[in-house]
Parts: sequence; C-alpha cells; structure tokens
Amino acid sequence: MPLIELTGIERVFTLGDSEVHALHRLDLAIEAGEYLAVMGQSGSGKSTLLNLLGLLDRPNAGTYRLEGRDVTTLSADEQARVRRERIGFVFQSFHLVPRLTAAENVTLPLMLASVKPAERARRVAAALESFGLANRADHRPDQLSGGQRQRVAIARATIMRPAVILADEPTGNLDRATGEEVIRLLETLNTGGVTLVIVTHDAALGARARRRVVMQDGSKVSDG
Amino acid sequence: MKPSDTLRFASRAAAGYPLRTFLMVLAMSIGVAAVVVLTALGDGARRYVVNEFASLGTNLVIVLPGRSETGGFNPANAITSTPRDLTADDAQAITRAPAVLRSAPITIGTSEAVWSGRLRDVTIVGTTPDYLRLRRMDLAQGRFLPADEPNAAVAVIGAKIQAELFGAEAAIGKVLRIGDRRVRVIGVLAQSGQGLGMNADEVVILPVAVAQAMFDTNTLFRILVEAKGRALLEQAKAQTLEIVKARHDGEEDVTVITQDAVLETFDRILGTLTYGVAGIAAISLAVAGILVMNVMLVAVTQRTGEIGLLKALGAEDNAIRNAFLTEAALLSATGAVAGYLLGQGGAFALRTALPVLPAYPPDWAVIAALATALVTGLLFGVMPARRAARLDAVQALAKR
Ligand SMILES: Nc1ncnc2c1ncn2[C@@H]1O[C@H](COP(=O)(O)OP(=O)(O)OP(=O)(O)O)[C@@H](O)[C@H]1O
Ligand SMILES: [Mg+2]
Repeated sequence: MPLIELTGIERVFTLGDSEVHALHRLDLAIEAGEYLAVMGQSGSGKSTLLNLLGLLDRPNAGTYRLEGRDVTTLSADEQARVRRERIGFVFQSFHLVPRLTAAENVTLPLMLASVKPAERARRVAAALESFGLANRADHRPDQLSGGQRQRVAIARATIMRPAVILADEPTGNLDRATGEEVIRLLETLNTGGVTLVIVTHDAALGARARRRVVMQDGSKVSDG
Repeated sequence: MKPSDTLRFASRAAAGYPLRTFLMVLAMSIGVAAVVVLTALGDGARRYVVNEFASLGTNLVIVLPGRSETGGFNPANAITSTPRDLTADDAQAITRAPAVLRSAPITIGTSEAVWSGRLRDVTIVGTTPDYLRLRRMDLAQGRFLPADEPNAAVAVIGAKIQAELFGAEAAIGKVLRIGDRRVRVIGVLAQSGQGLGMNADEVVILPVAVAQAMFDTNTLFRILVEAKGRALLEQAKAQTLEIVKARHDGEEDVTVITQDAVLETFDRILGTLTYGVAGIAAISLAVAGILVMNVMLVAVTQRTGEIGLLKALGAEDNAIRNAFLTEAALLSATGAVAGYLLGQGGAFALRTALPVLPAYPPDWAVIAALATALVTGLLFGVMPARRAARLDAVQALAKR
C-alpha cells in the first residue's frame, strides 16, 4: 500500500468566467520513505499539488488516500488533525512567527497537539540540539540568518515525527551554500525514513532526488 | 490546544504589538475610569446631601408659611388673599401634640455684628431654647438661650464669629452690637463644620422675640418640629397641621413637610443623575468596544500569514478563533482593570480635593463598568476572530 495515492485529481480555479485547470487528471502514488522532486515550469501546478497533498486544499474531483485512508472526505477538524500528526511543511519564506523565539516556534505544533509542557520542553531541546540550534533557542527570527531560520522551520516540521515532509522551494530564499546545507539536512531526515517531497525549479536539486515528477499544465509529463 | 496555551499565545501576541496594545488598553480604561469617577461624583453628591439632612436632626417635620403650590386647586385658597403669619405661639402650641417631642420657631436675617471696632456680616437666627437639642448642636462655652426670659438681650455665637471678632479673648459676658441693638454673649457653639444651606459656625442665635423685633416682623421663616420617634413622623405631621389649622381659623395656610420627603426627593434626583452620568460614560465603553473590533480586524489582516501557518501546522478553526477572542478579551480585561484603578485614583483625588464630598463609586457602577468593558470587548472580538478562523489556508500562507 502506497503512503500517498492520488487518482483522477482535478483542481479548477475560476477567475471571472475563465477556468484554470491547475491540476488535470492527475494520478500519483508515493511509497513510504521515497525522496521525490516535483519539477516543471512556473504555473504548471506544482504548488497546487503540494497544497493538496498537505490537505490545505481540496480537489474538485478525484480521491486522495493517505496511509490507505480517503482523506478528501474528512471534516475540516479531522484534516487539521492529520496535518498536525502526519504532515510537516517547509516553506520558501520560512513562515516563522516573528514575535516568538526559535524554541517557541518549534514548540507550536506540540502546543497545538496539547502535548504536556514538560515533554514539549524536552523534545524541543533535543530537536534544536540535533539541528545545531541549541545556542539559538532564545533568538527571535530577525536575529537569525536565513539558513538558521530554515533549520528552525525544519525542526518545527519534524517535531511531531510526521510521515511526510512537503517542501515548496525550500532553498528559494537562500544562497547556494546555505541551500545545499538545508537540502542535506532534509536528505538526512529522508534517510531516517521520512518521505520527502520537494518542489523545485533547480535541475541540480531535482537530480539529487531518487524520483522526479515533471508537471506541465496541471498534468504529469514524466515520472521516474 | 489547551486553554492555558491559548491564553499564553494570546498574551504573547498582545505583548508583541506594544503600541497597539497600549492604545487599546488606554481607550478601554478611559471608558471604565469615566464611569467610575463620574458615578463617584454623582453618588458622592447624593450621599453628601443625605448626610447633611441626617445631621439636621432626624424625625424632623418642617412647617413653612404659605400653601404649597403643588397641592392642586383648593377653594379655600381662592378666598384668602394673604396667608396668616406663622408665629412663635404657633410653635409653642405644636409642642402640645402627643406625637411631638419638641419644636422650635426660626426667624432668619442678616445683619452686622460689631465688637470693639471689629465688624462682620452675620446670619441671625431667632429661636427658642429647644433649638439646640433639636439641631443636635453642642456648646463650646457658656449656656444656650434661657427658657425663663424670652425677651432677654442675649446671644449665642458660632465658633467662627467668636474667633473672628474676639480672637483669643473670652467672648462670654461681652456686649456685642448687632444692627442698632446691644446683646450680651452668653454662649459659644462648638465647631460644626459645613452645614447644608447655613453654616452654623457663622450664626448669631438670639431669642426669637428679640430677632423679630430687630427685623420688625411677626412671621417666622419656618418651624422645626421633632417627632417622638420615626414611627410617629406621619402622626406628628398630621397633628402639627391640625393644630396650626385650628389656630388659623380652620384655614390650611401652611405647608407641612417631613424631612424624609425632602430627603427622598433629593435622593431620587441625585440618584437619577448618577445613573444618567453612568449611562453617558458607558457610551465611551461602547466606542472602546468598536475600537477593539477595529484593532482586532487589523491584527487579523497583519497576521494573515501567521494564521495560514497555524492552519498548516494543524490548528483547528476553533483554536484560531479562541486565540483571537482571548486576545480581544485580554485587551479589554487589562483596559478594564487599568480603568478601574485609574477611576479609583480619580475618586481618591476628588475626595482629597473636596474632603466634604464622599466621592466613592457605587458598587453597581463599578461592576457594570467592568462587565460592560469585558462584554463589549468579547462581543466586538467575535467577528474578527471568526474571520481569522475562516481564512483560506493556502491564500493566507501566500500572504506575507
Ligand atoms: N487561488 C488561485 N486562483 C486562481 N488561479 C490560481 C490560484 N492558485 C493557482 N492558480 C493557477 O493555477 C496554476 C498553477 O499554479 P501553481 O501555483 O500551482 O503553479 P506553480 O507550478 O507552483 O508555479 P511556480 O513555479 O511559479 O510557483 C497557475 O496557472 C495559477 O495561475
Ligand atoms: Mg509554486
């Protein structure tokens, strides 16, 4: 049984009287532990696909099975729970809460999941330690470098031990060296067993993935 | 998300935007403080008047010359042209009523008092010996008007008159010139402080006959009657009226009121005033509530990206709504508490500046102000919080 299974997915945006098929007749299966790069031109539907995989968006047609369960029909609160427990997001623009420290940003998912404060502190300290951020725990995002910010974001994405990490252009706002570092970090996580889906424009980055899916006009044009 | 976490998250958010939070709290606190101070002022005035009346002596019935206009049309009034004088003998006669303990006639006028070249304007009160106990007054020195000599040229003076005319010298036994008459000082009143209408420290009390002769009048300003007890007040009133009516050829040409009635009227007027003032001040609370809504709407717009993130991290809509609602509640609660302290401070300042005014805000006003602040804050916080919870996750995340 694949971890993720999309069949016949359609996502249509209506702009005035014109319709945009952001995703069209899309089938995709991802096994647990895979390392997959989603590539394609701008506007080809990569982000739309990732939002769908992350349950931030619902398809107009088709089914999405996550760990064998049809998640498209779940209620909003049930979907929130799946996001909380099974999915980790890494964004191009980091999306750290500016008034919270690194440690507090990493704590957010544990707080939303009502994990006990003592256990939270322990897990956050361990996570910051393993991402080399132990001495940055009390820094706010504006006191961190871009690479450090993205490491905080990755620590936050993994703190709930999700099944899959969805990263949309995770190196887009970083220089090459720092980006390289962040990618290596994500790859290490993948080696540890987490399924990794990265959206990227960068052919070199795409080449590192074990599987590449190329999108065009909302459809998959190559896979492998 | 646990309630304690929601509270911490919301308070961090409020603290994260200090200027906004400060302005918000200020607006709310001004509203609450306004209610507290203004009701303290209104209720202080009410209490002041009530206390002053109580210090006039309790169980009082007051007889005024002339028919009260509020009694409606009375055929008897249509025939008589001028009311009969209210006399010292009337006052004496009233004492015979079974429900009456004592009574005292009062004549009032102003004149000049001179002693040894020192001159001062004084209020003259002409009355009888019972006046002292009826008004619950005390003597500092000497004695009060003598009961056996109603025409004696003697005077009892207020504490301030004694101080200003005689200074350190003993006043007792000195002869004072009042207008064109000479009177001997036989007593000095104990200091009483401010009184309603008339300051007892600045009066010169003469026997009623002497005062009437001085002002060349036969009628009294009024007669004060003290009932034997609170329960007998209405009876005393009826009997007083009966006696005066009988003495005035059956005509009801006086007005008899109880102090209670006067007190109640003042109490009601000033109480209503306090409510009105509280209502007006409460409008500023409603304005503050609208401000809360505006500020929270801006906060939702400002933090759209953050809301998107929370959704991506698995926050349920309720968790986001509660966080924003809690933030609004925190802002208004802080404002309410700050306003309460500010208002109590203001009331304290009022009491310091005007020591005679018991300017304490009434409990109902404080509770109403705090409750209104919290309820408006929450009520006006609901809409922005719901808007935040309903944001589309993808679009919210796209906004930075
Ligand atoms: N909310 C929306 N409303 C209307 N059209 C949309 C919306 N979101 C996406 N689209 C359209 O859907 C298509 C796919 O968009 P998507 O963001 O998935 O592209 P992408 O492959 O991520 O592009 P890029 O590489 O530039 O990020 C585009 O044509 C876009 O204009
Ligand atoms: Mg994109």
